[in-house]
Amino acid sequence: MYTFSSKLKTFSFALMIIGLLGVGYGFFSGPSTVEEVKVMLQDSHDAHGEVADSHGTDAYAANADAHGDEHAEHVLHLIKNKPWSALYVALFFFFMISLATLAFYAIQHAAQAGWSVVLFRVMEGITAYLPVGGVLLFVFFVLSSLHMNHLFTWMDPEVVAHDELIQNKSGYLNVPFFLIRAAIYIIGWVIYRNHARKLTLAQDNASDLSNYTKLFKRSAAFLVFFLVSESMMSWDWIMSLDPHWFSTLFGWYVFASMIVSAITTIALISIYLKGKGYLEFVNDSHLHDLAKFMFGFSVFWTYLWFSQFMLIWYADIPEEVTYFISRFNEYKIPFLGMLVLNFLFPLLVLMNSDYKRVPWFIVTTGIVILIGHYVDIFVMIMPATVGDQWFFGISEISSVLLVLGIFIYVVFTALSKAPLLAKGNPFIKESEHFHY
Amino acid sequence: MSSKVIQAMYNDDDILMDAVKEVRAASHHIEEVYTPFPVHGLEKAMGLKDTRIAITAFMYGCVGFSFAVWMMNYMMIEQWPQDIGGKPSFSFLLNMPAFVPIMFELSVFFAAHLMVITFYMRSRLWPFKEAENPDPRTTDDMFVMEVSVDGNEDELISFLEKTGTVEIKVTEKH
Repeated sequence: MYTFSSKLKTFSFALMIIGLLGVGYGFFSGPSTVEEVKVMLQDSHDAHGEVADSHGTDAYAANADAHGDEHAEHVLHLIKNKPWSALYVALFFFFMISLATLAFYAIQHAAQAGWSVVLFRVMEGITAYLPVGGVLLFVFFVLSSLHMNHLFTWMDPEVVAHDELIQNKSGYLNVPFFLIRAAIYIIGWVIYRNHARKLTLAQDNASDLSNYTKLFKRSAAFLVFFLVSESMMSWDWIMSLDPHWFSTLFGWYVFASMIVSAITTIALISIYLKGKGYLEFVNDSHLHDLAKFMFGFSVFWTYLWFSQFMLIWYADIPEEVTYFISRFNEYKIPFLGMLVLNFLFPLLVLMNSDYKRVPWFIVTTGIVILIGHYVDIFVMIMPATVGDQWFFGISEISSVLLVLGIFIYVVFTALSKAPLLAKGNPFIKESEHFHY
Repeated sequence: MSSKVIQAMYNDDDILMDAVKEVRAASHHIEEVYTPFPVHGLEKAMGLKDTRIAITAFMYGCVGFSFAVWMMNYMMIEQWPQDIGGKPSFSFLLNMPAFVPIMFELSVFFAAHLMVITFYMRSRLWPFKEAENPDPRTTDDMFVMEVSVDGNEDELISFLEKTGTVEIKVTEKH
């Protein structure tokens, strides 16, 4: 039985409080009127004074008066979106970790994997965040649909009135249907999660395998539901931020990002718990397998990233390519930097079989991978909502700290609720003696 | 110098594994073990060194990658930078995404083929090579452990007989 150490509990509360303060600061700082934005823009132009001189300030000034208000209003929208987007990226990031852990968990059940049984309780702990994160995200969507922010431009009737492209999509992209879909996905995932948890706990003290076989069937059914709902979720929650753009492999791409973060989180939490002496039955072969999955899915993510990028770059159709042009022009460092974090680093570090058994190698790579996939989500969401006004500052960092605090608190509370060995599983012996 | 070996024959891989461990514990030198299929853990029991073929494969992959980069850069950028369908052939990086499929395939091609050829060379395998198995049955259902004789031959034979062997043969080393 794991006991939630008071140190970690305090740590998670500290994260939540610091995060909350930072998020609050993000919402209250920054310009709130068009006039303030104009002053801010003027200041930044003055700072670049010499450049402006050589470009001919007169022509610019004449232009600026006519364009000034419109431009400043546009910038104001972007800046107002910034704390919201920062929160959204963090909420989605931790939710997707939990969700993909659930998918991985279901795959292990449906595939009757022998090695991973000793890790099931760790996975169940991580998926305990699913209901909490689901509610937080849903509240966020309700607030968005109440026009508290301008993340989803298609939710703004004024924008839609002047935009024929969005009008044509309004059969799918309308607020009630969006919220209903979100509710269906979240409820569907949470139902499977709670059901699976109940069945494995019941299996612990059962004399037959009825719970186990039930769970096998439910997991297979869940995977069918997950495949469809995850794909639609990625259209709804991320792709619809750019309502003029579409990509067919987007759902898979988001999934690849999700699953590699999830496996990394499983590995990190297992190593933490093993270090504390709670998982003696997890040996370095289990870690080796997790590290192989981290390696493999990192390459898989890169494959999908590149396939999406290269197909659009090669054909260069204007309506599709704007997506990457805005990312290339305004987000060059995160956009290309995440390739180093998500592909090059894991590729070179985790290729060696011996390194995959060394906990600190896995932890280091794992942290790099998690940062890389946070940046991945950041680059998916931010260009559509804050455009060139992005900055990795207090709002972004404190949003991550806030949600990380909640995540740690929920996950480790759930871990302390049940024995860390799912002893009723018929493959438990095989898993305990797993050796690669 | 006499180069006699004793060929102890077994009919079960578990018995063979135990015999290998016993022979090693008694510090006799095992020349070779012939098995009809891979026996899991045999190389550990025999104390063989790990293979380094994965390292060679990695290096061959790097060679293939470099070759692809050099080739595409030479042909498409330096030699004849034609405008083909508006693709930017001003520098390698500008047109890099178009070369990635080739870079990937050549890395895999070099890594795979050169590694296989390395394997053939290191394990001395080629067409028309004379088979080396001491007994045709070792490709079917028998396991043979060859132990080199140094010192007392009869003692070694009686020691091997106790390890569950079904047949023992003393021959000159081929």
